[in-house]
Amino acid sequence: MRQTQGAPGARVLAFGGYQPANVITNEHLAKTMDTSDEWIRSRVGIVERRVAGPEESEVDLAVQAGGKALAASGLSASDIDLVIVATCTLETQIPNAASRVAHRLGIVAPGAFDVNAACAGFCYALAAAADAIRGGSATHVLVVGSEKLSQWVDWTDRTTAVIFGDGAGAAVVGPSDTPGIGPVVWGSVGEKADAIKVKDRNSFLQQEGQAVFRWATTALHPVARRACERAGVRPEDLAAFVPHQANLRIVEAIARKLGAEKAVIAKDIVLSGNTSAASIPLALSRMIERGEVPSGGLALLLGFGAGLTYAGQVIEIP
Amino acid sequence: MALTEQEILAGLGKIINEITGIPAAEVTPEKSFVDDLDIDSLSMVEIAVAAQDEFGVEIPDDQLKNLKTVKDVINFIQS
Repeated sequence: MRQTQGAPGARVLAFGGYQPANVITNEHLAKTMDTSDEWIRSRVGIVERRVAGPEESEVDLAVQAGGKALAASGLSASDIDLVIVATCTLETQIPNAASRVAHRLGIVAPGAFDVNAACAGFCYALAAAADAIRGGSATHVLVVGSEKLSQWVDWTDRTTAVIFGDGAGAAVVGPSDTPGIGPVVWGSVGEKADAIKVKDRNSFLQQEGQAVFRWATTALHPVARRACERAGVRPEDLAAFVPHQANLRIVEAIARKLGAEKAVIAKDIVLSGNTSAASIPLALSRMIERGEVPSGGLALLLGFGAGLTYAGQVIEIP
Repeated sequence: MALTEQEILAGLGKIINEITGIPAAEVTPEKSFVDDLDIDSLSMVEIAVAAQDEFGVEIPDDQLKNLKTVKDVINFIQS
């Protein structure tokens, strides 16, 4: 039997992000539940989040972000031969999102699958894309993180409703002669699977806030360091650190313990809320748009969430 | 040798100051974390983690919620 071999490396050619138009402020939430702007800002660091209405599905969000990334890459739909959508908030489990996203973008007959690694999903999907290109299973991959968390959140529960938002972010990944996506460090903690869950199809998202906070602020900076080590990069060489936008206090705690002195730290949660698998590509696409991070610089991505799952890798910023 | 109450109090004052900015002198045994020191549940987790590093005593989340005052934490570390 023959085996295939792909490109020597893979790199992200372009990012794209999309958020629904409807802004939900803390003041708005304070009118419908027992909370306040001050409470939300101090606990999770969020000022506002976006929420999609009934007319806009999780797939719609993915199509918008994917289309932007594709346009920015300079490629056409016919160049893409694999589509991966990281999501954990689909309206229904069948059919998958990736096939529909591909069809809507005019990508004909690509490999298409979804990844559910919750808030770590984008980093898992990006690793799968890079490996597919290097292994010869794909040449150009559209990777999307898209979430409509609003439909899995109890809007009367102040412990979760204030945290989450809807959005999508995408990356076009292609072949490269030099490494543009570093080795992934990934893993899971199944014994803590109950810490973040939707109990059944009629239930809303529940989270053990303190347990998740403890795990995120103690177990993840070593993962971030290992991702740097595996890529042969020092934390002080990073131009950007883009962790999952779970909670501003978690972001700041991991950044402090990582010690990436020169890196711009993604704080997109302030204006986007926690958008699960979308948060990393959404944050980075906005940082690139605003010119905050240099093309060719190194960014460390670090996803973590329900499962519990985690994954991190260093990438070259397109 | 077990640490004295004064030694633990001094260590806790330092930890709480680093995490919350509250002056260590304000951290006295009778103070309630929530009502007197205005420390929220996430800062309590950070304090518990730092206390574990400092004193070698793990304070799990299900125990942490029962520790209302500085004295409660001192007793837990000593027990």
